Amino acid sequence: MTDMTAPLTQARPRALRQEPDLEARRRRAAFWFLAPMLAMLVCVAAWPLARSIYFSFTDTTLTSLYDGRWVGFDNYLSYRQLSSGRAVWRGTLADPAWWNAVWNTVRFAAISVSLETVLGLMVALVLNVRFPMRGLVRAAILIPWAIPTIVSAKMWGWMLNDQFGILNDMMLRAGLISEKIAWTANAETAMAAVILVDVWKTTPFMALLCLAGLQMVPRDIYEAAKVDGVHPVKVFFRVTLPLVRPALMVAVIFRMLDALRMFDLVYVLTPNSSATKTMSILSRENLIEFDKFAYGSAQSTLLFALIAVFVSLYIWLGKVDLGGRKPA
Amino acid sequence: MTALDMTKKAGFALAVATIVTVSVFPFYYAVITSFETGTALFEVNYLPQGFDFGNYLAVLGQQAFPRNVLNSVFIATATVGASLLLAVTAAYALSRVRFRGRGLLLMTILAVSMFPQIAVLSGLFEMVRFLGLFNTPWAMILSYTIFTLPFTVWVLTTFMRDLPVEIEEAAIVDGASPWVVITQVFLPLLWPALVTTGLLAFIGAWNEFLFALTFTASETTRTVPVAIALLSGASQFETPWGTIMAASVIVTVPLIVLVLIFQRKIVAGLTAGGVKG
Repeated sequence: MTDMTAPLTQARPRALRQEPDLEARRRRAAFWFLAPMLAMLVCVAAWPLARSIYFSFTDTTLTSLYDGRWVGFDNYLSYRQLSSGRAVWRGTLADPAWWNAVWNTVRFAAISVSLETVLGLMVALVLNVRFPMRGLVRAAILIPWAIPTIVSAKMWGWMLNDQFGILNDMMLRAGLISEKIAWTANAETAMAAVILVDVWKTTPFMALLCLAGLQMVPRDIYEAAKVDGVHPVKVFFRVTLPLVRPALMVAVIFRMLDALRMFDLVYVLTPNSSATKTMSILSRENLIEFDKFAYGSAQSTLLFALIAVFVSLYIWLGKVDLGGRKPA
Repeated sequence: MTALDMTKKAGFALAVATIVTVSVFPFYYAVITSFETGTALFEVNYLPQGFDFGNYLAVLGQQAFPRNVLNSVFIATATVGASLLLAVTAAYALSRVRFRGRGLLLMTILAVSMFPQIAVLSGLFEMVRFLGLFNTPWAMILSYTIFTLPFTVWVLTTFMRDLPVEIEEAAIVDGASPWVVITQVFLPLLWPALVTTGLLAFIGAWNEFLFALTFTASETTRTVPVAIALLSGASQFETPWGTIMAASVIVTVPLIVLVLIFQRKIVAGLTAGGVKG
């Protein structure tokens, strides 16, 4: 902190013509203003990331963190010829449990984000219309967003309960199902349950971002379209959608990244179900619970690589300006 | 024409009603469940059956749960405080001073807030063990800055960029150093932004699960989400739904109240940050 006050002692009233000097002084101050934040980020993000990647190339275990030996790519993929002549592939990339987790994660991310985008856009279109008590409705949709993920997982776990759950009761009464379903325990319905809860929880986020985009569309465009007698559906696809696309793209990528690292909801709603186990869950399981520290690190590194590739592709293909606008 | 208008109006009203019901019902159901004990718990009731505070007394009477709430409050407050402190000066530098590599730096900071927590878990675990922080609140405070700090820096930078240049110029002409500009000129103008950013970061820290689950080992050091996730009944096979719902309501009501009070600011903050809280 003493460094931050340094520019204070140098402060002297100066005329504006000495600007180059002033600019240099500001730049020096900027460095000291940034330094603590950057040091903190190196400490909590860059260093742990580098160590995690390093661990993935060793045989480190949870109990002896400093005794790991370098094993190269063995945790990822290794090939060995047994004395019997049979070839054996080992490592994460030859592990069916890993590919199952990859499939679960990708499937979950693709389906839930698509549903959230469509539903979010629909909710935003409804909220974009002026009607009495609109403020109250907007407050109501913030509730799912405000509820902690763990709490919503438990709430829905209770509602989806096979014996006493209200959803089974509703569907039985409505005649949609003929017997009670164990939504979270069945392998066939577990993923649907996870997606349902995720969509419920994050659609408000999508809706609010879409709404912010919609409200920037000038109203007179709609007036003009109305005067010209253009069909509302056509107006939506030709006018509204292209205009909100930038806001929508940013929302989609943030949600996608969030979905790809999914951990908490699945951990609580469908514990130990291989039908929903995501990459994050599998990786932590190996890291902490199964004492395969290095193996779990390899999996977390692969997830990191996947997300990095996804981000680069998205930026490259979509030409998204993530900041919404360029720094001034 | 009028008939068509009527159906349109009815359809719209139906859409609004559906949105509100779907949003509110699960929490409403959690609240009515939290007031049920014994056999009433295992009947499906759509309307409240009375107010039995048994579950609330049970959960607050536990040794651990009040401690867990205090842990969460302390951890989230400390994390947000530290992040805001570091972020305000950094955001000033990033928004008001021109230097080479600024755009790249901003992108890197944004990238940090987006990468998966699991990717740093083993490295952080080693660090937490090395510093002797395992099973203490400091482990969480340290690890939560990984997502609260980039977020606060990013949002405050966007807010600060919008402040008029003239105010700063006037201060500089009067001989104010950058430090004085931040603390005496910008800070008073930034209060609304600080409240919004702080609240969003607080919610993020309050809800975090992965690090809290990994870096705590005893009931009394857990944070609220971990405590709720691992709340168990008398036997392993019996889930204490009543107490879980009571605990959930206790930790969710303050959040909902805060969010509703600050709803306009939160929407502004979310749009500026483009980040899920």
